[in-house]
Amino acid sequence: MTRRFSTSRRSILAGLGVAAAGISFGGLEGCAAKYPIGKNGEEQRLNLYNWDTYTGKTTLADFKAATGVEVHMSLFATNDELFSKLRAGNPGFDIIVPSNEFVTRLKISNLLEPLDLAKIPNRVNLLPSFQNPAFDPGRHYSMPYTWLVLGIGYRKSKIDGVPDSWKWLMDSDRYKGRIGLFSEADDLMGLAAKYLGHSAHNVPPEVIEQIARMYIKQKPNIKIFHNDEGQDLLLSGDIDIVMEYNGDIAQVMVEDPDLDFVVPREGSIINSDCLCIPKGAPRPDNAHQFINFVLDAKNGAEIYNTIKYPTPNAAALALMPKEYRDNPAIFPPADRMARCEYAQFEGMKRSQFYDETLTRIFAS
Amino acid sequence: MDEDWKRAKRVFATMAAPPVLWLAVFFLVPLAIIWAYSFGENKNLVEITVDGTFSNYAHALQPLYFGIIFKSFWFAAITTFLCLVIGFPVAIAITFASEKTKAWLLLLIMLPFWTNLLIRTYALMAVLRTEGFINMGLAFLWNGLSHITALTGHPLAPFHPLELLHNNFAVVFGLVYVQLPFMVLPLYAALDRLDRSLLEASLDLGAGHLTTFARVVVPLAAPGIVSGVIVTLIPSIGAYLTPDLLGGPESMMIANVIERQFKTANNWPFGSALSFLLMYMTFIAIAVQAIVSRNRKAEASV
Repeated sequence: MTRRFSTSRRSILAGLGVAAAGISFGGLEGCAAKYPIGKNGEEQRLNLYNWDTYTGKTTLADFKAATGVEVHMSLFATNDELFSKLRAGNPGFDIIVPSNEFVTRLKISNLLEPLDLAKIPNRVNLLPSFQNPAFDPGRHYSMPYTWLVLGIGYRKSKIDGVPDSWKWLMDSDRYKGRIGLFSEADDLMGLAAKYLGHSAHNVPPEVIEQIARMYIKQKPNIKIFHNDEGQDLLLSGDIDIVMEYNGDIAQVMVEDPDLDFVVPREGSIINSDCLCIPKGAPRPDNAHQFINFVLDAKNGAEIYNTIKYPTPNAAALALMPKEYRDNPAIFPPADRMARCEYAQFEGMKRSQFYDETLTRIFAS
Repeated sequence: MDEDWKRAKRVFATMAAPPVLWLAVFFLVPLAIIWAYSFGENKNLVEITVDGTFSNYAHALQPLYFGIIFKSFWFAAITTFLCLVIGFPVAIAITFASEKTKAWLLLLIMLPFWTNLLIRTYALMAVLRTEGFINMGLAFLWNGLSHITALTGHPLAPFHPLELLHNNFAVVFGLVYVQLPFMVLPLYAALDRLDRSLLEASLDLGAGHLTTFARVVVPLAAPGIVSGVIVTLIPSIGAYLTPDLLGGPESMMIANVIERQFKTANNWPFGSALSFLLMYMTFIAIAVQAIVSRNRKAEASV
């Protein structure tokens, strides 16, 4: 049995979240020990709400050594979980790590605190392409932590050649019974639109209809719609070809050289996970200190060495070993990346429409 | 008992106040909020206006969702039936076991409760998966057999693992596994109270074992059967961990749809309407059952 229950950004927590949605919170502040007051007048404490296995091995200890601030990390498994928790009022988090389309959702719902850019001088370390993204012009609400691209993870010995088209997942019975797809409605619709030659955004209803028919036809060939534990299923041999994020596959490629990752030629969807300060954060100055700390070259390198996700930080990238920088699973080729689009929040009505379409695909 | 309560009203009120308060604050109030949401609309991403609309219910009654509710009932019915068929002999065995064995058997029934449901479900996954224990065991036997037949010059075809996980079978299997104790315990409670001299009388007077079972044991155990069926059926209809982890795409049950409304789809009013639709249906089912059993009792007493 090679089943592992860790080292995935989301997997086991997604399972736990299913079992215990919402028990994790209640007394964030209640049972707090007394913390000394720092120079900035805030308690020497910081509540970080993060994905699983998404910091470096020594990051939090290093931060405490540098600033005296003790970081308490809680974990979430999906952006939706993060959103539904904050929607009911900030339970005491100082920093959250939403993906870019959720930065948009949180921002328009007035749940984010604007950043004081003067307190984050290390932002100059960011690659130019991350300085001024469309979802947060001028970076007034979010600082990039990682970026991720959806693609195909596969077992080389079981797949013929490089499966560099979404066709092998969505529209072919060649790998019948060995296929795993993401169970996220937005990603399934957007990626299928890319496969059919459309943009991932503002997909017309008749194309959605076509996509629904395609998935319904493909369903008998699909072994599982997974909740972001695709890399574990691939590693354990349950499936041989899977829709997953590059970082998740890069993590298991270290353990099993028979695995590989490709961004299909039709292009894909990119996300960027960002550090944000939620409205009502009790210790905003500590939060700014933490963001600035993470954007430092050396501290960043420590993180990316562990988590194997691509970094938006040019200075940290320069410190990274060659195995990371030249890893095509972590940094897919530029011509493929050029065909990718950032995930985008397209309004409440559309998420509900997509969700209903997915329910229809599952139920039929 | 009734008279005692009437005489000591104050004592009764003092005793009842904490649980009533608890139920009101942590059960009725949240339920009322969800009920109100079911008549509301999403104003924006985070705000809901309760304006008395029935649109959520209208939406929930579409064939798509109604079909999923129906399927959930169907899964739950199969689960309950299997639990009854498997649970009845187990309950009888426990009833007629010696006092010492009885304690051990009851312990075995309750042992699974000591482990969290999620852990037990993951353990089931390890058993059922393609490279899980069942398939590994079967492959071992198959290969052994193949070695033997190879001696005669006819080796068997290579072993094909059974598809045991991520399908409807796995969901029903998992539900039966989880719900079985809930069926066995009420059945045991009913059978244990059963007056054994009635069984002896039935056998003495010429009824066979099957006739005695069908015409004496089952009718006397009826209250246990009914409560076993209810405590198995209702949680099975609302099961969502089991279909989520063990099921394939087509095994989605109504609770999975409801969960998605509160998380991914961010559509709380619709999720609330679906929850309450399920609740109304369950209430109706219980009410019908109560009426039927009352009528039967009335008939019996005539």
